[in-house]
Amino acid sequence: MFDQATLAIIFAGLMAFSTLVYAILDGYDLGVGMLLPLNNEKDSDTMIASIGPFWDANETWLVLAVGLLLIAFPTAHSMIFKALYLPTVFMLIGLILRGVAFDFRAKAAFNHKPTWNKAFKIGSFLASGSQGYMLGMYVMGFELSVSSIAFALLSAIGVSTAYSFIGACWLIMKTENQLQQRAIRYAKRALIISFIGISLVSATNLIIDQSIYLRWLSSSVSLLLAMIPLCVVALFVYAWRSIVEVENQALSNEATPFLACIGIFILTFLGLAISFYPFIVPNQITIWQAVSAAESLNFLLYGALFVIPTIVGYTIFSYWVFWGKVEDLRYY
Amino acid sequence: MLDTELLSRIQFALNISFHILFPTITIAMCWFLVFFKVQFDRTGNAIWMRAYRFWVKIFALTFAIGVVSGITMSFQFGTNWPGFMEKVGNIAGPLLGYEVLSAFFLEATFLGIMLFGIKRVPAKIHTLATLIVAIGTSLSAFWILSLNSWMQTPTGFELRDGIAYPVDWLAIIFNPSFGYRFSHMLIASGLTVSFLIAGISAFRLLQGDDKRAPKLTLKVALTSAMILAPLQAFVGDLHGLNTLKHQPEKIAAMEGIWHSEKGAPLLLFAWPNEQTQRNDFAIGIPNLASLLLTHELDGEIKGLSDFEHTPPVKPVFFAFRIMVATGLLMIMVAWYARYRLYRQKKQQQPLPSWLLKLLVVMSFSGWLATLAGWYVTEIGRQPYLVRGVLMVKDAVTDLAPENVGFSLMLYIMVYCLLLIAYLSTLFVMAMRAVEIEEIQESEHKGPAKRNANPAQINNFLQEPTNV
Repeated sequence: MFDQATLAIIFAGLMAFSTLVYAILDGYDLGVGMLLPLNNEKDSDTMIASIGPFWDANETWLVLAVGLLLIAFPTAHSMIFKALYLPTVFMLIGLILRGVAFDFRAKAAFNHKPTWNKAFKIGSFLASGSQGYMLGMYVMGFELSVSSIAFALLSAIGVSTAYSFIGACWLIMKTENQLQQRAIRYAKRALIISFIGISLVSATNLIIDQSIYLRWLSSSVSLLLAMIPLCVVALFVYAWRSIVEVENQALSNEATPFLACIGIFILTFLGLAISFYPFIVPNQITIWQAVSAAESLNFLLYGALFVIPTIVGYTIFSYWVFWGKVEDLRYY
Repeated sequence: MLDTELLSRIQFALNISFHILFPTITIAMCWFLVFFKVQFDRTGNAIWMRAYRFWVKIFALTFAIGVVSGITMSFQFGTNWPGFMEKVGNIAGPLLGYEVLSAFFLEATFLGIMLFGIKRVPAKIHTLATLIVAIGTSLSAFWILSLNSWMQTPTGFELRDGIAYPVDWLAIIFNPSFGYRFSHMLIASGLTVSFLIAGISAFRLLQGDDKRAPKLTLKVALTSAMILAPLQAFVGDLHGLNTLKHQPEKIAAMEGIWHSEKGAPLLLFAWPNEQTQRNDFAIGIPNLASLLLTHELDGEIKGLSDFEHTPPVKPVFFAFRIMVATGLLMIMVAWYARYRLYRQKKQQQPLPSWLLKLLVVMSFSGWLATLAGWYVTEIGRQPYLVRGVLMVKDAVTDLAPENVGFSLMLYIMVYCLLLIAYLSTLFVMAMRAVEIEEIQESEHKGPAKRNANPAQINNFLQEPTNV
């Protein structure tokens, strides 16, 4: 049996883990959705086929992350989502549109397919944009002022671009020929905007929040922390170079840009986590103030410790089954 | 102006009513798919694969809507009903958590292999993936019904400063009404799917589809309906007795009993009148309610006036009658249609078209009965959210009514659109299936093989997909 303080850390860690996995996995499939061309049905089909076997499981990580927040830190969950009520509704509508458009586009009467493609694309934008907006509002402590709304909108663009970036890298890995060339162009553009976006958001964070400024720039571990932005910059450069190499057909492993992108996601997320720890609602509630009863969390933890590695295991199995360039998506 | 509590209640009722339609189908349909796939693996008969391929697409569509509408609900626990997690979160939380951990990932991951992986994995692994998805959906139902049952008949906890803490997890999970509710729901799902498969197969036959696949699925569906429908009546009766023991006020509302009486009649129809506390226009069978519930002709049933808190009578009373009436109709239709099928097989004739049309009309009778059943059980719990522990009004959020009104409006729009799209797509798919060629005789005849041979599987995969 763990005590409540330890459980708070364990569950905050599990929650952070599933949020990060969600951002990477649903990030790439939302990105693919946003990049969907509306004038080229064949490419749309291939792109959607590339995420077909995965999107459902990817989205489940969101359910787990939000579920862990609800279960382990219920007061924080209700504070956060009450403050973000409307953007949450928009995100959910976006996810609904996307999830059903994916299935309807192939099954409804034929002439409806372009409409469902549009719904898929709009849904992807809506979901990514609202997630970015919610992240921005969270960082600003849910303050409803002109400047924080502006920041949240900036963050909406930033997150959408980052998702498009990882989505484009996914397509570089999973597609060939013309579509791959298009993905390369998308990836380059998204990489530049993501880089600017991440720099802007990091700088704003340092300016608006005194405690974040102190933690990053004048504490005993500052030097160690400085490694994170340096590595991010290095990974951006590496990603750019590997994309150019794929373009020139000089790279044998087309998964490299995607892996570099995952690296950027992990480090950026780590940066955010370091900025806010131990708060679960920025500057208001810490993880120890919000945590649920120990007997409940212990009961759940036994299962989680066994189940989560299993989930990771069969997720890997599923990616292994569908490894390689994408094939036509057909229901058998 | 509607207030936040009422709007939140309408929104949650709308969400859960919409959501439940889809798991009701997927839970059992996946077991039908396992059956089709195992039959194919066992006999190598291509018709089973045809049946699998047609219904797996409907399964995928249904599953997708079920997933996305389920996510909306989980957000509302925190946004619209924060008091729920504050008061009973220590119990509800882990149950919800186990659902996500043990069921969601399982079904979502193996669904990918089940839908798109048949060429990429060995046949046995593909059948196994289908089986795992079926286990996942049932496991999902297990946890959710455990939580729902605990809200109806809470046990295994103690209150400290008004907050529930778990004492005995086994008592919480296997609370007194859980077994009845879980089996009632699983059978409801099986019946819903039986009638859906029978209805769509009948629709294909009416469209002139003379292939073996729809005939085969019609037979399988009617056989299962014939077994499940009376079984459901039996389990429902046991569930009713359990409810009488643990939630007598709900039974009083279901039967329209205002004041305790001995030898209570079974009301076939009545108009419960809340003002006068009696029933207008009542038509009933004397003593039958007492007989059914207490197994004595003049057994006493407690009336609504004996309880401090009672649910609204009209919706519970009418929903219960709708559920029972639909159930009885299902029993009759299933038995009669199965009997006709049996007789027709001997005489080599098709089923009469009026019967096929009736089956088409009853395609979604399972939805009607399930929704009505859920209204009985959920409205019958009012005004409590967790019986005796937490009132609905003490759990509601302090959000502005405009916000909830706005989200409610959006949900109504999206759900209407989805429901229309879903229903029309089912029939579009059925019509397209009509145009597919029949499997060649040479492909399915011959001795039954232990395993379908690879060349044969490949043959189906080359066939034009009816999307």
